[in-house]
This record gives sequence, structure tokens and C-alpha cells, in this order.
Amino acid sequence: MDDLLQEFIAETRETLEALSGEIVAWEAAPDDRARLDAIFRFVHTVKGSCGFLDLPRLEKLSHAAEDVLAQVRDGERRPDRALVNAVLAIVDRIGEIVEAIDTGAPLDHSGEELLIAALAEGAAGPAPAPHAMAVAQRAPSRSVRLSVDLLDRMMGGMSDMVLARNELSRRLREQNVDPAVEAALERMSATVSDLRDTVTRTRMQKLDALFSALPRMVRDTAAELGKSVTLAVEGADVELDREMIEVMRDPLVHIIRNAIDHGLETPDERAATGKRPNGRLVVSARQSGNQIIIEVADDGRGIDVDRVIAKLASQGRDAAALRALPEKARLGLIFEPGLTTKDAVTAISGRGVGMDVVRSSIDQIGGRLDLDNRPGQGLSIAIHVPLTLSIMSTIVVDVRGHRFAIARQAIEEIVSTGGEAIRIDRLGSATVATVRDRRLPLIDLAGLLGLAESGPGDASPMLVIVNLGNGSCALGVDGVIDNEELVIKPAAPAVMAAGVYAGQTLPDSGLPMLLLDCAGVASAAGLRFDRDIFVAEDTEADEPEEPAVPMLLFDDLDRRRRAVPLVAVDRIEQVGCEQVQRSGGRLRLSIDGRLIPLFATGELGADRGHVSVLRLSDGTAECAYAVASAVDIVDHRGDIVTADGDGPIAGVALIGSDPVEVIDPLWILSDLPHTVADTGLAPLCLIAGEDEGWARMFLRPLIERAGYRVATRAAPGELPALVLATDEATEVPDIGVPVIRLATRPGRGDCIYRYDRATLAAALSALPAVAAKGAA
Amino acid sequence: MAELFLIAELAGRRVAFPSSHVESVVDVGEIVPVPRVAPAVGGVAALRSRVVTVIDSRVALGMARDTRVRKRAVVAAVEGHSYALLVDSLDDVTPLECQSVGGGVALDSAWQRAVCGLVERDGEPIPVLHPAALVPGANAALD
Repeated sequence: MDDLLQEFIAETRETLEALSGEIVAWEAAPDDRARLDAIFRFVHTVKGSCGFLDLPRLEKLSHAAEDVLAQVRDGERRPDRALVNAVLAIVDRIGEIVEAIDTGAPLDHSGEELLIAALAEGAAGPAPAPHAMAVAQRAPSRSVRLSVDLLDRMMGGMSDMVLARNELSRRLREQNVDPAVEAALERMSATVSDLRDTVTRTRMQKLDALFSALPRMVRDTAAELGKSVTLAVEGADVELDREMIEVMRDPLVHIIRNAIDHGLETPDERAATGKRPNGRLVVSARQSGNQIIIEVADDGRGIDVDRVIAKLASQGRDAAALRALPEKARLGLIFEPGLTTKDAVTAISGRGVGMDVVRSSIDQIGGRLDLDNRPGQGLSIAIHVPLTLSIMSTIVVDVRGHRFAIARQAIEEIVSTGGEAIRIDRLGSATVATVRDRRLPLIDLAGLLGLAESGPGDASPMLVIVNLGNGSCALGVDGVIDNEELVIKPAAPAVMAAGVYAGQTLPDSGLPMLLLDCAGVASAAGLRFDRDIFVAEDTEADEPEEPAVPMLLFDDLDRRRRAVPLVAVDRIEQVGCEQVQRSGGRLRLSIDGRLIPLFATGELGADRGHVSVLRLSDGTAECAYAVASAVDIVDHRGDIVTADGDGPIAGVALIGSDPVEVIDPLWILSDLPHTVADTGLAPLCLIAGEDEGWARMFLRPLIERAGYRVATRAAPGELPALVLATDEATEVPDIGVPVIRLATRPGRGDCIYRYDRATLAAALSALPAVAAKGAA
Repeated sequence: MAELFLIAELAGRRVAFPSSHVESVVDVGEIVPVPRVAPAVGGVAALRSRVVTVIDSRVALGMARDTRVRKRAVVAAVEGHSYALLVDSLDDVTPLECQSVGGGVALDSAWQRAVCGLVERDGEPIPVLHPAALVPGANAALD
């Protein structure tokens, strides 16, 4: 906190110096809006910092001055001489208090109430400022301000020194030198390294310096407003130019206060709109290309653009013209000076000063602001600042003998493609890596960078899995060389134009190296991710979806597109037309040494010589269904409208936007004369539950081996010897037969985990039905 | 008014750089190639503690890449970044008067873009190149 206080003092002092000219000019021309805005911003900033630093006296003064200036801005008061004097007296007083804080000298409160009272309309001018205390000695400060140029030169010299040391030690290694010389060199080396760290720290600071104060600030601000906010801070260990950190401090504070005050709703309002009562605020920093992006995202109500326009219209702007602006420009209206959509002014924000200040300070450093507004769902403001200099912990990778650095922060893990848990597949024109259960797009760096002729053919031995903020992907590299702390500087535009680099660096080797911009690499490779930081929360809130029914979509012989539940299809086969005969009054297919009934809706097209058939089966009976071609497998959710009457069509489902007839495998199977398998005499094991298709596929061999035949429904009048429930939830009516219940997860009491073969086999063989069969 | 020009040799012809735009003339060390950039960008190289972007001046001027290793380069700052423009050799530094190229000289487009004037040394006309004009993507607006 002391650091922050020191910074506040230094900054206020500087602003006051810069402002003194403005004050004099405003005194001369009180109607000058630009001067008024400058002074207003000053008192507003002081007010903001005071609340944060717990300086009630300063806060009171600045708040009072701000109130009056706001009235002037709104045209409610004329800036007459008395008012100007009163404001200036307060500005002076702020300066005195700041000096007093710095020196630690006491400063009595006398006259402050008078100063505030003097602001009131029609009050007499303030008493001549009591300057007795003003000229208190400045404390000998332990900090100095230096020009950045000087620091840069120091850093440059430092790097030269490191390179010279490396050169020297290389030369010395080449010849046998006196151990004493070596020891001296060793000592120098250590000193140089220390010194380099120190010098680097003069320029660099972790973003943590900016972020560490946020939790407290958010908590206090939220408490003041009766809101509760959960704050998540990410990326605090990025090291940045101090210059940038300084410039970003105020805008960040403004944006966060605004987010809490305007964006996030009260717990009651949130509950009413179905949000969780705690507002969420995510402050994250990441590096992307030659920029650092600091993003403040909330899940509040977002910007109500119409209200912004209405407010501006009430200040005399042309509403129609504003409405005609493109969307981005309309959102940008929140940066207009003097705007607030708050009807009540709070101590936190709501004077509309914040956003125009934010924009002007970001503009100053060549940055920009991006708004992503989702009305009702939240606002995210991204501050893009140019990356002038940063120190990053990096991993150096080898790609066909070329070295590149990748920011450590972006890397999730590095895996070797030889590992068992990794598989790499061609997926159409793309390549995907499956790492354990995650499927990630794979980018072959050598191919992308044009360092390998063929590229995708030969697999890279290592995968670097990088997080891009909105998704992850795997980068194929030839090797990982080292991890190194590197000073990253912007590369020349001619290099940055490649779109895959974030900057350049000069490591101790003396050979320049480029830092890869993982997001740029992904976009050069054609990957797109939709960014949504609240994904996790949104999916939690989702209703559980009804289970999808996988359907096989096919073109039937009568040229109609139809579908069949995939679970009924054993396999799809091509058969020769000579295998199909009409015998016994119907088509039969001779296959696997047996004859099975064939169902066809049209001519087989014997001229083609072969035909595709779907082998349908319900576990006891099977038949073939001739089709023109299989088209696709789709997941169907939703209803199947039942067909009128009895027949091979079960109903109609809407697949995509087309109505598709769904055939009824049960009807077809029951209509056909069954070729019942010769397991007919075995006791019946009835499978019940949602996953019957799965159970039939996977468990059937096991159950049959135990001496049962498997079916999903019993023939009329037949009593099964055993019921197998495929999951915990399936209801089995008590019909006096044994029930074996499977569980989809291990460790569910009396259920058997579905992949626990041994236990299942033991349970099956322990049943009396088998014994009975054995006896028969 | 006469101004100082650096006369360099490039692919068998002479070119001149205004010395006000040149920081230094150096021999660059190992050039690290940079994939996916304009062909004229030869790579990056270390110049003491700085990293400079190396421009293959031949390619920038629309000529074929030279297979021999060239090290001599003219270092110039363009838009805040340092570039090393490779040349075959440095000839001379001399005060000369810059004239306009005048009509009647048919230069192809790469040269036309790069040449901003003409100096005459002992009767030999030498085109004046603006360093920025050799840097791909840089604004070649001549000042």
C-alpha cells in the first residue's frame, strides 16, 4: 500500500504541476469546456484514488469539487468568479494535503469545511487560503524519477556487457588458463548476472504490481454498492515496461469501478434474471502479437446503447444521427465526455468521467480499447497496449534447426508424440492430436513456417500444447531446447508482417531469436476459436439435454431419404446381386452361409451387379434392408412424429430442416419370417434400459458364453430367465426373475460397473438358470 | 547545397545513400533467417546488443538473390527500427549535390520506387536510394 501511496503522491504532484497552467487559463475563461474537463478529470481521479487509499479528507474535498464541476458541465451552474475561486482553493488544498502526507507533517482540518461551503451557490468567496502550512519541507524522497531513455541506454549497455562476458569466457575456455583467472571471471560473471537482473528491474515490473490491489478495491467498491462480486485475476506474472503499467493503472481502476457500479446488477436483480447472485469479474492479461491485452469482463447487464443515446440526446445531440451510426461507433459513445447512464450519482462512478479519461490515457500510449457488449449478459473491455519491452519466461523450441521462443505462460504442457496417451490423426485436410481425452488441432510448425517440404507427412516428435485464451492447440516441434528468461522487444514491421511473431530477443548465445505469437500461428493455420470466457458457467446453467438418438441416414431404393435408429443396424454391407434370390415368395439374401430375408422398397438395380444392404437385427432375428446408399450418421434430438397406420415406417423426424421418414426395424423384423438363431432353447436374458444397443453389442458375447440368449424384448408369453438392467435408473418390474443391474460408474453399491467383466461373468455363472440348462 | 553521400556497390552498379539517413556501416554477423516474411527480408542479426532486421537489397530492388555470403551492410533507422541493408561493398563517402532523376530514364518499378534522386561523381551518375524505400511495408514517403 505504501508503494501505491507513493505513486499517488508523485502522480498528483505531477498532475498538479501540469494543471497549474490549465487553472490559470480556466480562471481567465471560465466557459472553456476543455479546461473545465481537465480540472474535472483531475478531481475525479483524486477522488477515485482516495477512496481506494483511504484518504477521507482528500476524498471529501475532491468529491465536493467534482459535484460543483459536474453541475457546471451539465449547464446547471454558471462558472462565476466565486465558483472558480472556490474550486481553485480546493485544488490548492489538495496539493497541500498531498505534500503533508508525503512529509508526514500534520496539517489541521481548519478551513476545509469553509472551502467546501464556499462552493455553494451564492456563497461568499473563500477566505484567503491559509498558506501557513503550505510551504512545509518536502521529505527527502527515497525515489527519483529518471528519463526512460537513460534507462534504455543502461539496459543496452548491460546487454553488451553480457555478450562481451560470454565472448570472453568462450575465448578463455579455448585455452588453458590459470585457475585464478577463471575464478576471477566466475566472480565477474556472477556480478554481471546480478547486475543485469537489477538493471532489468529498473525498467520492468510484473503486472502483479497493477493487479495486487484489485481484490481489495473490488471488495470495497462492491461492499459500498451492496453487491457481491467474485473476482478472478489471470496473467499477473507478465512483466511489463513500468511506463505502461503506470499509464494503465487509472484506466484499469476506472473500468473496474464502472463494471461493478454500472455493469453488475444487485444480487436481487441478478436472481430475477436467473443469474447467480455473485457477479463475476474477470481481469486477465495476456500477450497477443506485439500487444498486451488486459481484459476486464463482467457478466452484468452490458451497455444499454439506447439509453446511452437517449442520454446524449438529452444533452442536445441528434438522436437520429447517433442511432444511424454503425454498431461499433454506437458502443463507442460511452467514451463521450460527460456521459452517464446512471440516474443517480454514486460515490463510485456515474458521472461519465471515467470512460473519456480511460480512452484519452490509452490513446496516449498508442493503445486502443475494444468493447464486446452482450446486452443482458455482460460487457468485456479489452485494453490493447503496444508491447514495448517485456521480460518473459519462455521455452525455446527447435523446428528443423531453427530456434523459436514460445511464452511459457501460453504453454499448457509439452508431450512427446511417442507417448501412449497421444494419437495423431488426419482429419480431412487437417491434423488433430488426441492427448489423453482431449482432441486438439495440430499445427505442424515446420510446415507452417515453410521449413519443411512436405510437412504433415512426417510427424513431429514433440507437441507443445498452447492455450490461446479461447481454445488450445498443439504445435508440432522437433525438440525443446531450453527454458529461458528473455527480454522481448518489438520486431520490425517487416518481420511482424508475417503475423506469427510477437517480438524478438537476443539471448546469451548472441544470435537473435523470434518469439512466436501462438494466437497468430493458430490464425495463420486457419484455426478459429469463439471466445467466451463464461463458457464454464453457461454450460452449468444449461438444462440437461435429452439424449440424442444416433440415426443412420440413407437413400432408399425408391429414391426417398430415410433414417433408421443406428442401434438396429448391425453393419452395412455390399452384396453381389447374385446373392439375392426370390424364393418362397420373398427376397432372400444368401450371406455367411445362411439365408436371411431381404426387405427392399424398389428394384435392386441388377444392372449394377451389387447392392448395399443394412443388416438389421434385434438380437434374435435378423434381416437385410436393401438401400441405394448410406448417407450419414446424425444425432437426432426431438420427436419422431408417429406415422398413421401400421407399416415399415415408424414416423417422421425432422433432421436438419428436412422431414425424413424413419423406418421401423421392429415392424420389419416381426413382419418377416424369422430365422431365429439356434440359441432358441437357451434361457432368455432380457436387456432393459437406455443403452440396450450398447449392451447388446458389448455384453452379448459374454452373456451368450454364460449360456443365455440375448434379446431386448421377450416373445409373447415367454418369461425371461434373467433381466439385465443397463443402468442404475432403469425400472424393472418385479416378475420374479433375477435382475443384474449395471452401473455407468464404478462403486455403486449393489450394481456392477459396466466394464467390470470379471464380476459380471461371475454374477452370471452364479445364477441358477445356467445350472438348470446345464442339467438339461 | 552539397550533402554527404555514401557510395556503395551493389550488383555491379553504384548506388548512393544520403548519409543523414544512415547510422553506420557494419559487417553483420550470422543472419538468422525469418520464415513467412517478404523475400527481401534476409533475416535478423545481432549488432552488439541490438537486433537488426537484415534487408537483402538486391531482392528489394527486384534483382536475383546473391548466393555468395554478403556481410557489409548500411544500417539505417526506419520508423524507429534498425535495418541493415546489405551491399556488396562500400566505395566512398563524399559530399555531392542531389539532382532530380529527370525524365528519359526507364527504371523498372522496384528501382523507380527506391530512387529519389541522382548524384554525379566525376561525371558518373549514381542513383540515390532512400533506405526506407528498400524496407518492405515501410512508408517510402520521402522526406
